[in-house]
Amino acid sequence: MGSGNRQPFDNPVIEWVDSRLPVFTLMNKEYGVFPTQKNFNYFWNFGAIAMVMLILMLVTGITLAMHYAANTEIAFSSVERIMRDVNFGWLIRYMHMNGASFFFIAVFIHIFRGLYYGSYKQPRELLWMLGVLILLLMMATAFMGYVLPWGQMSFWGATVITNLFSALPLVGPAIVEWLWGGFAVDNATLNRFFSLHYLLPFVIFAVVFLHVWALHVTGSNNPSGIEPNGPQDTIPFHPYYTMKDTAGLLLFLVAYCVFTFFMPNALGHPDNYIEANPLVTPAHIVPEWYFLPFYAILRAVTFDTNLLLLAGLVCAGYLVVVNLWFMEKPSNCPIAKTFDIPLLKDIPMSKLEPLMAVGAVLFLGLGGLVAFLPDMGVSKIVSVFAPVLVEAKLGGVLAMFGSIAMLFVLPFIDRHPHRSAIFRPWFKIAVLALTIDFFLLMYVGGKPAEGLYVLIAQAATGYYFAFFLIVIPFLNKYEPRVPLPPSIHQYVLDKQAKKKQKNDDYMNALKPEAAE
Amino acid sequence: MRLLSAFCLGLALMVPVTAIAAGDAETPPKQEWHFSGPFGTYDRGALQRGFQVYRQVCAACHSMKLLSYRNLADLGYTEAQIKGVAAEYTVEDGPDDEGEMFERPALPSDRFVSPYPNDAAAKYANNGALPPDMSLLAKARGGGADYIYAILTGYEEPHGDVHLLDGQHYNKYMPGHVIAMAAPLSDGIVAYGDESPTTVDQYARDVSEFLMWAAEPKMEVRKQTGIKAILFLLAFFGIMYAVKKKLWADLH
Repeated sequence: MGSGNRQPFDNPVIEWVDSRLPVFTLMNKEYGVFPTQKNFNYFWNFGAIAMVMLILMLVTGITLAMHYAANTEIAFSSVERIMRDVNFGWLIRYMHMNGASFFFIAVFIHIFRGLYYGSYKQPRELLWMLGVLILLLMMATAFMGYVLPWGQMSFWGATVITNLFSALPLVGPAIVEWLWGGFAVDNATLNRFFSLHYLLPFVIFAVVFLHVWALHVTGSNNPSGIEPNGPQDTIPFHPYYTMKDTAGLLLFLVAYCVFTFFMPNALGHPDNYIEANPLVTPAHIVPEWYFLPFYAILRAVTFDTNLLLLAGLVCAGYLVVVNLWFMEKPSNCPIAKTFDIPLLKDIPMSKLEPLMAVGAVLFLGLGGLVAFLPDMGVSKIVSVFAPVLVEAKLGGVLAMFGSIAMLFVLPFIDRHPHRSAIFRPWFKIAVLALTIDFFLLMYVGGKPAEGLYVLIAQAATGYYFAFFLIVIPFLNKYEPRVPLPPSIHQYVLDKQAKKKQKNDDYMNALKPEAAE
Repeated sequence: MRLLSAFCLGLALMVPVTAIAAGDAETPPKQEWHFSGPFGTYDRGALQRGFQVYRQVCAACHSMKLLSYRNLADLGYTEAQIKGVAAEYTVEDGPDDEGEMFERPALPSDRFVSPYPNDAAAKYANNGALPPDMSLLAKARGGGADYIYAILTGYEEPHGDVHLLDGQHYNKYMPGHVIAMAAPLSDGIVAYGDESPTTVDQYARDVSEFLMWAAEPKMEVRKQTGIKAILFLLAFFGIMYAVKKKLWADLH
């Protein structure tokens, strides 16, 4: 690593170390002179911010573990001992509690940045996928961490979430018992969650290392989405971005401190200050705010998926695939052609398509009737032909994990040649709508699953999946290819010229007499 | 930057989502507390009066297991006063040299003595309802001190379609309006040492502040540390922002 053509250092001590272990050469190469695009906006701060939050969580977490006791008898009071009797225990605990929220805020903004500016695209697919893996690991870690104080929401949250796995066919109940280490959420569960909550952050750290490594191979994306093609497009990472990142980080920490010091419990649930009691169920079991969008997706599937509904979805999906996923509409059924199925492969698409359309409308209508309005007379008759294939609970679990899986495969779905939403006017609308959709899901996730909230959650879940499976393929095919500037340098110059023009116009408008 | 601020605003708007509306009860009205706001501190007079109300009224049924008598130093009591308070209670200790358990007066290092030996006894004595431990009550209820004050002053004659059983009472701020605790306060039941009015309203305010302190005893040092931390971060941010501006100025 870097030992090949090494520049000698002037300082004899550094030179002595570096000639034996070139850590200084490595640091200089990766964080000193590392060429970085010069046009990052403040969204590019959030990777560094997330890194700082991870380290902050590790340091506070290790300190808390010195005082915490993972035993159902004393876990709750050991946390209260930290809050009351351990020197600065209240500070460490509130930093850790709110640190989790602000880690998620940083990561959500970081992901939004990646989506908006197309950072997930070739050649950064693996970089993006490692990022989604980090998100998944964070979710698992945060969930187990929330169980440790052994409050009411800890206990009931753990019960609800672990019970989700019981929806899996055949192996479900066995998996749940295996997770619990018994027949209910109890001491064994608390102990293993503590163990894993201590382990997973280090796994996250390792994946972050790979994430950063992959970043330093491909280099960063930038707001224009254009690859740098010369030294005029880049500047050294230090001091330009070390200083800019520090400024952004400090502002982020101000927001973090406002919560930690002045409203430390605003993001938590009051019920978690009541010790866990298996005999008393809280009125509403609500997860932490950062899980709410996914919780909303889980609860949006209130219906059983029956045979007809699935058939309808297959027909509709077929139409979407043939018309949107394929850049050129195939002349015959692509599946039949691939597998060389006789008869079917000879039917032209012009005849197959109307058949599928009729199937989609008919099956979705009848299947939907059974699924959504099971009490209607017609539904009772139709339901004879519509056996339940996927029960609501399993459907919800699949949708929830599917929502993360969508992010994971996004680099392979989006094939539009442009990266950044700046040069993709249609994509820009779709991705901003997805952002609003995410907040909408977060909102309904915190509301009781009844009445209008269910409908909103279902519509929002629908758009979430449609964004990946319908909108993106549609944009691949139909979104106009806006001409790109030849280089980042040119893009920056154009932008500055535009800004100056706007400024001049404004100044001129201010003094009309002078202009005359 | 515009996009960023819009995003942050969106996140900020999500905060109230986690606040949970419980049942069909009225939301407790917001009160002005001595500890409200970023510079708020506990009023020692109110804390001492609140402790007096707790001791003479609430403690008949409600435990405060997370507090020790030594914590009363926060309220402004002297060591001698705390020893005196503790000595009024009896705790079981032991075993002694002969292996016998024995009773002795409580010390400042002892936890608050609970009114009942266990939850079953507490329920049996209270018509089947368990009086909750009060150590964390102000943090364990949405609304905090506002909620406690509202409950204590929210007793009314039953109205609407609420049907009360024996030992149940009507409270407009209780989820479902039904509460097992009878109105605990009435004018004049606690004699204050200072000039404060001996009214239900004053008792409720004082004991709510006391319970907030009990749940969050480190609030004052927390807020003071927060002011320092934020001032430091803002100053540091100002410097770094200037450094960044200067550094980047020759770049564009």
